[in-house]
Amino acid sequence: MSLQDFFRPDGRHLSRGGILLLMAPFFMLIAFAFLYPLISLLSLSVTEPTAGFDNYARILDNPVYGKVLLRTLWTALLVAITSLLLAFPVAMAMVSSSGPVAMLIGACILLPFWSSVLVRTAAWAVLLQRNGLINEAMQWFGITSEPIRLLYTQGAVVVAMTHVLMPFMVLPIYGALRNIPEDYGRAALICGAGPLRVFTEVTFPLALPGVLGGFILVFLTALGYFITPALLGSPQDMMIATLISQQLREFLDWPFAAALVGVLTLFVTAITLAFSKIFRFDRMMGGQV
Amino acid sequence: MQNLSPRRLLLMGYVYAVLFFVLAPIVIILPMAFSETDYLTFPPVGFTLSWFTDFFSNSRWMGATVFSLKIAVLTAITTSVVATMATYALMRGAGRIGALFQGLLIAPIVVPHIALAVALYLFFQRIGLSSTVFGYVLAHSVIAMPFAVFTVSAALSAVDATLEDAAMSCGASRFTAFRLVTLPMILPNVLSGGLFAFILSFDEPVIAFFLAGIRDKTLPRMMFDDIEQNLTPIIPAIAVLLTAVSIFALIAAALLRRAAANRTAPEEAG
Repeated sequence: MSLQDFFRPDGRHLSRGGILLLMAPFFMLIAFAFLYPLISLLSLSVTEPTAGFDNYARILDNPVYGKVLLRTLWTALLVAITSLLLAFPVAMAMVSSSGPVAMLIGACILLPFWSSVLVRTAAWAVLLQRNGLINEAMQWFGITSEPIRLLYTQGAVVVAMTHVLMPFMVLPIYGALRNIPEDYGRAALICGAGPLRVFTEVTFPLALPGVLGGFILVFLTALGYFITPALLGSPQDMMIATLISQQLREFLDWPFAAALVGVLTLFVTAITLAFSKIFRFDRMMGGQV
Repeated sequence: MQNLSPRRLLLMGYVYAVLFFVLAPIVIILPMAFSETDYLTFPPVGFTLSWFTDFFSNSRWMGATVFSLKIAVLTAITTSVVATMATYALMRGAGRIGALFQGLLIAPIVVPHIALAVALYLFFQRIGLSSTVFGYVLAHSVIAMPFAVFTVSAALSAVDATLEDAAMSCGASRFTAFRLVTLPMILPNVLSGGLFAFILSFDEPVIAFFLAGIRDKTLPRMMFDDIEQNLTPIIPAIAVLLTAVSIFALIAAALLRRAAANRTAPEEAG
């Protein structure tokens, strides 16, 4: 078949063959460098060393691994909650500001997308180290009398991860808030509602899809986060990503690492599917559409 | 209307505190590049440019930078071309294949990078693709693809398909109509999708961590090792260089966006 046969030049619809041809590179890429590797990794977790779910049973049986899973969930939840508390007022200020103020806030929120995750992690390592700025400030203010350990703690991981992921919370909330007509709040005020009641009964409920979308996005990203816990966390307080890395690189236990990847991937996929109505990934990238 | 009520002041005070939290670490690390100490400290001690000369004269750092640039350029090209082809097909009546496409498209956003990194590590090791330029380009294209498709589809949905019809009824082939009518209108978004893929690839640390061999490390992998082991001022020196490059890229992106806004319908600009 010649190329001409693929493209029916009659109107805006391409022929089936044309569509297949144009989409072929995409499907080939996803099949070769995404689907096949993931499926073969997951199949490793149920076939080696013996067929069955032994590797998964090991995760549940050993309390050490259970602790890692709980710690991972708890840390991700904490990052998502902190991000929400920081992001919501910023999104509100973005909606209600105009001119240079709105631009300043927008630039500050988008700036992290342009700066290296590793550089920011290094910055936190410097700030949090024993003789770092934060320890010195705390002594200066008399909060502590001597340097305390901040780096290589779970707190360091939460702070640095919030710093990286918080912008992903601002954008969907901003998108939701922007779509609420100003009249709604004004109408509620005229009807006698106080500002707090306007917020709890009008603004927040209407912004809820954005809040939920941002919250789940940050929570799920934090769950599988590797760089921050690997560089700023304590080796004793592993998270699932650092545990996967350790099983692979130190113990070369492929099937067990594959099972951990399986748990993480299935959990994340299940939550995403459960909330798929809220997810508008295209919108989530912030105002491209 | 901006009224400076106490409530408004409270909100803005809180917002500026949050912005300070966002900006301070990014800004504070830059002057440390000029510190004479061989560990990272704030405020920096003395003034030297030796960390920059170290970076440019060290063959391992330079090798990693060139390696990463190669991967990022090829990722940007691959991603923008493949994304544009697929998105064009999607917008011109893909039907059921389109639904499959959209389902697969968001999968790389949903699946954690560590899962993909481990899976590719296993697969690429078996077929000899680990720590090769080709292997990295494939991996980075997968994770950049959704964002490039979103960017391209935003422009493509604003293009009036009847313009293509008109060109084709005047005798242009589908390809010519696309090349001369549609492509010029969506080009700014195609390029900014490519730019996004470039940045994503150049700064990608997780896949780099797993795929790297002893030699042939990407720049993020070299930086990871330095932060883990030494934490020297070479990291802020790189940060200064990256910031300079980012500012140029930011200006380029702003110009692209302006061009895009001029080309697409006004109601899409909001």
